[in-house]
Amino acid sequence: MLEVRDLTVRFADRVVLDSLSLSVATSEVLAVRGPSGVGKSTLLRVVAGLLPPDSGGVWLDGIDITHLAPHRRRIGLMFQDEQLFPHLDVAANVGFGPRMAGASRAEVATRTAELLTVVGLEGFGSRRVTTLSGGEAKRVALARALAPRPAVLLMDEPLTGLDRELHDRLATELAAVLRSTGTTALLVTHDHDEAAMMADRTVVLGDDDV
Amino acid sequence: MVPALAALPLAGLLLFYAWPLGTLLARVLRPASVSDVLGSPGLGRVLWFTAWQALVSTAATLAIGFAPAYVLARYRFPGRRLTLAIVTVPFMLPTVVVGAAFLALLPDRLHDTAFAVVIAHVFFNVAVMVRLVGAMWAVIPTDLTAAARTLGASPVQVLRHVVLPLMRPALWAAASVVFLFTFTSFGVVKLLGGPANTTLEVEIARRATTLGDIDGAAVLSVLQVVVLGAVVWWSARWQRRAATAFAGGRTQRRARSRSERRWVPAVVVFTLAAMLAPIGAMVARSFRPGDRWSLTAWRTLGADEIRPGISLGVDPLASLLVSLRYAMVAMVISAVVGGLAALAIGAARRHGRLLDVGLMLPLGTSAVTIGLGMLITFDTDPVDWRAEWWLVPLGHALVAIPFVVRSVVPVLRAIPADQRAAATTLGASPLRAWYEVEVRRTWRPLAAGAGFAAAISLGEFGATTFLTRAGRDSMPIAIDHLLGRTGDVPRAQAFALAVVLFALTSAIIAVADREEVLDARGS
Repeated sequence: MLEVRDLTVRFADRVVLDSLSLSVATSEVLAVRGPSGVGKSTLLRVVAGLLPPDSGGVWLDGIDITHLAPHRRRIGLMFQDEQLFPHLDVAANVGFGPRMAGASRAEVATRTAELLTVVGLEGFGSRRVTTLSGGEAKRVALARALAPRPAVLLMDEPLTGLDRELHDRLATELAAVLRSTGTTALLVTHDHDEAAMMADRTVVLGDDDV
Repeated sequence: MVPALAALPLAGLLLFYAWPLGTLLARVLRPASVSDVLGSPGLGRVLWFTAWQALVSTAATLAIGFAPAYVLARYRFPGRRLTLAIVTVPFMLPTVVVGAAFLALLPDRLHDTAFAVVIAHVFFNVAVMVRLVGAMWAVIPTDLTAAARTLGASPVQVLRHVVLPLMRPALWAAASVVFLFTFTSFGVVKLLGGPANTTLEVEIARRATTLGDIDGAAVLSVLQVVVLGAVVWWSARWQRRAATAFAGGRTQRRARSRSERRWVPAVVVFTLAAMLAPIGAMVARSFRPGDRWSLTAWRTLGADEIRPGISLGVDPLASLLVSLRYAMVAMVISAVVGGLAALAIGAARRHGRLLDVGLMLPLGTSAVTIGLGMLITFDTDPVDWRAEWWLVPLGHALVAIPFVVRSVVPVLRAIPADQRAAATTLGASPLRAWYEVEVRRTWRPLAAGAGFAAAISLGEFGATTFLTRAGRDSMPIAIDHLLGRTGDVPRAQAFALAVVLFALTSAIIAVADREEVLDARGS
């Protein structure tokens, strides 16, 4: 279970997150919805350990991880613009996490193949990431984030920038992947439908204008 | 139009570069002299030291330049631009100034050592690391490294598996630039290496000017050209693997965590101290002939007599005037020839490549080779120009023209072809359209390039060694002579004159655009 308690983040004089608390149960998919500029991405960065909060903390399964380095947290993050490694092919991108964890070559290969199957990209392993379509890149990003078996997966506007039809199809697919893998996920989005399609529960940040 | 523009640059290139190089080659084609020289004792040691010091200097520059390159690429802090400028300036400083500065800084027991040579080379070339590698580092998105962290990579793993692979092309480019410069290093090695540490370049000059062994010098020059050509070819092959292009955008941020707030300023302060210390030592030593502070060196700078009747044979202040005249002439020649060449390359578009490469060749040829070639070519009628004063600034211009071309051509290349068409549809004649769209835009980069030509001429040492005539010594030659004299006053005078040369060159560099030239050297 992931818990965020009384989280406050200020940039200069601007309060971006003001004493925010929420929790995500194990294997639950929680959506945080709100207009842009409300601090959704900031929330994910704090939970991932990329940004230290001014006050408050993050707990994972009852342990305070607020000051733990990002690579020790077992919290994955799917970036809005994927951030695939351009110097690595698809397989090496997906296998990156297991490799960092010291998995053997065979283990990395098995895990990579497994996840490429989960996201429906069998046989894409040797493709360069620069040649992928928008939807393919999103799937690779999901596979890569899931490969090191994170305790929690954070998703920052995972489907922004795709056309409507692909958006809806991927939303259903991603939701299915999250369920089938039993992943605990925290998803932030500005899109009402996306939250409804993918999440078990939705929390609204800022003024709800819908 | 292209032939008309290219005529002068091409004629100059053929007459003052290709012909001397051909003469050198012709000298070498006599089998006896080749085997004599290559079999001469001591050559093996010279070759070994040349390669060894270049490799060590390159490795040391990459290692030492890493931290400042990283901090300047990724962090925002007060004084960042000034730090960047201060780190860049040494790259454009005259070799004699850097040599003198390290003579002033290092204790006597470190003079005439390989260590002194390597440390001065690092001082020179940290700019290459900061600019070439730093430029790549600055565009790697922060979220890409953040992504690696969330996948479980420690900071060291991020560096090894993400940052270094992405920077490999830039690292190779920096390494080959530094290797080429240090392999052909002349002034620094001559001043700091001492008799035991001689590079190929210094050996060529010694044979030609001290021993009068022109054949031997010619053989070694050609040998050096061959080695350099091989290195350039090899590094070009490596660099062909394309670098990853990123969208760009600001990646610098302020130091945030407690440890960052400690080590980021530490790196900046240490870098600045390391960059300023040699110059500071040189200034201090100019006021300290012997063990006491005094203005003697500065006061006697205008006279070649230290005491009535005792002449040094070197007139420091006169050398300043000589250098200024050389710099003016070299600047005009390189601005005219370089400007015409750039316009020709721009107008020829795709076919301009050949002229472009041809004009870059002098940059890849060592200064000593250029000087030696001119010395042995222009010594018989009707081209007995050896005693002509203008041969020196002409040699300088040859070295400087590539910089002018490099600063102008990218500006011209960036102009969309349709702009001229647009001007024509608005009623401009073809010639007028060319003038309005292309020629007018060359003034600014041309001025910057001309400034650098002047700076290069002021500090040029290698080619000048061959072409200079007694009584018309330029500042670098005078500094070298003064450093060779015994006695505290001439030494302090050498430092004083080096301070003047440093001030002049850095003032010119400060006025012209710094980034433009470094990009030119890097390409």
